[in-house]
Amino acid sequence: MVSTGPFSFRLTSPFDSVAKGLSLLYGRYPVEAADVYADFAVHIDRGAGLRRWIKPQSRFMFDGQPVFEPLPEAHAYPLLEWSMNWCISAHAHQYLIIHAAVIERGGRAAVLPAPPGSGKSTLCAGLVHRGWRLLSDELALVSMADGLVWPLCRPVSLKNASIDVIRRFEPTALFNRVTHDTTKGSVTHMQVPPAHLDAMHTPAALRWVVFPKYLAGAPAKMAARSRAGSVVDLARNSFNFGVLGTPGFERLCDLVEGSRCFDFSYSALDDAVSAFDQLASAA
Amino acid sequence: MSIARRGALWMRLAQHLRDGPGLAAVPEAPRRQLEAALVTGSSICRDMISEVQRLQQALAKLPERCVLLKGAAYLCAGLPAAKGRVFGDIDILVPQHHIGEVEGALMAAGWISHETDRYNQRYYRQWMHELPPLTHVQRGSTIDVHHTITPPTSAFRVDGASLLAAAVPAAPGSALWVLQPIDMVLHSAVHLFAEGEFDRGLRDLLDLHDLLHHFGGEHPDFWPRLFNRAQALGLQRPLHHALSQITFWLGDPVPATCRDQVLALRPPWLPRVTMGWLLGTALRPVHPLCHRPGEGLARWLLYVRSHWLRMPVHLLLAHLVRKAWLRQFPTRPARPASTDAPATGV
Repeated sequence: MVSTGPFSFRLTSPFDSVAKGLSLLYGRYPVEAADVYADFAVHIDRGAGLRRWIKPQSRFMFDGQPVFEPLPEAHAYPLLEWSMNWCISAHAHQYLIIHAAVIERGGRAAVLPAPPGSGKSTLCAGLVHRGWRLLSDELALVSMADGLVWPLCRPVSLKNASIDVIRRFEPTALFNRVTHDTTKGSVTHMQVPPAHLDAMHTPAALRWVVFPKYLAGAPAKMAARSRAGSVVDLARNSFNFGVLGTPGFERLCDLVEGSRCFDFSYSALDDAVSAFDQLASAA
Repeated sequence: MSIARRGALWMRLAQHLRDGPGLAAVPEAPRRQLEAALVTGSSICRDMISEVQRLQQALAKLPERCVLLKGAAYLCAGLPAAKGRVFGDIDILVPQHHIGEVEGALMAAGWISHETDRYNQRYYRQWMHELPPLTHVQRGSTIDVHHTITPPTSAFRVDGASLLAAAVPAAPGSALWVLQPIDMVLHSAVHLFAEGEFDRGLRDLLDLHDLLHHFGGEHPDFWPRLFNRAQALGLQRPLHHALSQITFWLGDPVPATCRDQVLALRPPWLPRVTMGWLLGTALRPVHPLCHRPGEGLARWLLYVRSHWLRMPVHLLLAHLVRKAWLRQFPTRPARPASTDAPATGV
């Protein structure tokens, strides 16, 4: 039973790899008693029937039924993390949920929306080791009630080349075992720096919307972009914009109204860190 | 919450609590989830209204009446059964001889059949009372086109024309049609007690309960007409099971003046008691926390019974063997679903 940000999860599984992953990545998270109400119960079960033993599978069970197609047993831990994301994005409509990383400095948040593969997780993983607090690497939670961005503070997922990039960039960072041959390639999760966990329940006001794009060999460049276009792109990157209807649209407009919006291209993480430092000091 | 969600009842639960004691009475953590459920409920309702409007436009040029069934009907007629409902497909009833034109008009508007298996196509068109589901190419909404409410080969076959002839407007001045109240109730009863699917059994039972109380209160001659219509359509047994299960789970809805007519519906002792046990077990929520021994068997027996009722024996056996085979050895290999792609379609 673990709390991450505003949600509590009851996590169960017969797999050793899940237990080890949880112990490494969530060892310092607040743990609740087993009989406390859990927002979501995530069970990563063995495969059904013969698939329990023959080419063994793992399945995400929610409310007693499977949600996705089964995956190989070796993918059980990433499946757990993806399942936790699904629980939030499919149900937590008290938030406008945007597919984006969110980081914070000085009480002000930067949202980094991007489709998969644009380097937002790598950028996020790098920045949280250089003075930015992690709110989330995947799901930006904008409260419909107060318009603030609320932290989720879960381990950062990294894939393929990004894993080595971050290992070199921050040798002290801790990673779970790498899972190979997933639909996204090789995948792992990076432990959240312990100091950030203390601020797990502290929201931040949005100040910057930065659309990152990794471009090999490119210098770091922050270019202003229109707010109107940013509203459209944020809506496109949102999980539940359609469900929220008009209030969701109004909340999104309010959010962007008070923010500065940029396109950001980069190739070297160190350049990116300097660019974000400049952003933070420019007020 | 988990049981309610699994049974498609969590939005109904949220609305019930909001309209009753108020959500402030609920502890904070589940209250947040119930509030989120209300948001989902409004969204699903909006989408359904929008789809029904598009359906109307698609069929506007056709002269024949198109009657809405089930959830879409409850919503358009403003019935209590629509509150907090998880709407899924739109079910419509059209005259059998016009089914081709209806399918053509829907295809032109973007709803097409994705059923490529020739056996399944034949199963639907030859033996069943409905076309294979039509799914919209862009929006993904589904329409089930029926020409009657039970399979033509069924022990409880019903002439679709008599239902269509008795249809009423969904609301005063509305261009949409729904079944008359007594037919709506009988459809709900036969759907639950002859179809054999109990995933949303409790939800369907609650629908029926809502319909009975609403119509019973609004129309003074509802109950006598209901019994007469059940007799005329040969649906006494499904109605008997419906009333006895509702009495068991939710209390007796029938006025005292109609006791004799309720008793007249009763099948012989053995099937009555057996079905009573089977249905009472099968209607329990489908969820590991509610599981009792015998549930799996009861649901399986009712599933087999539903097929027994709808098809001749020789077809039934071949059909069940084929389904069991495909369950073990599906024709398409399973692929992991995309797990983190956000919704598109702004």
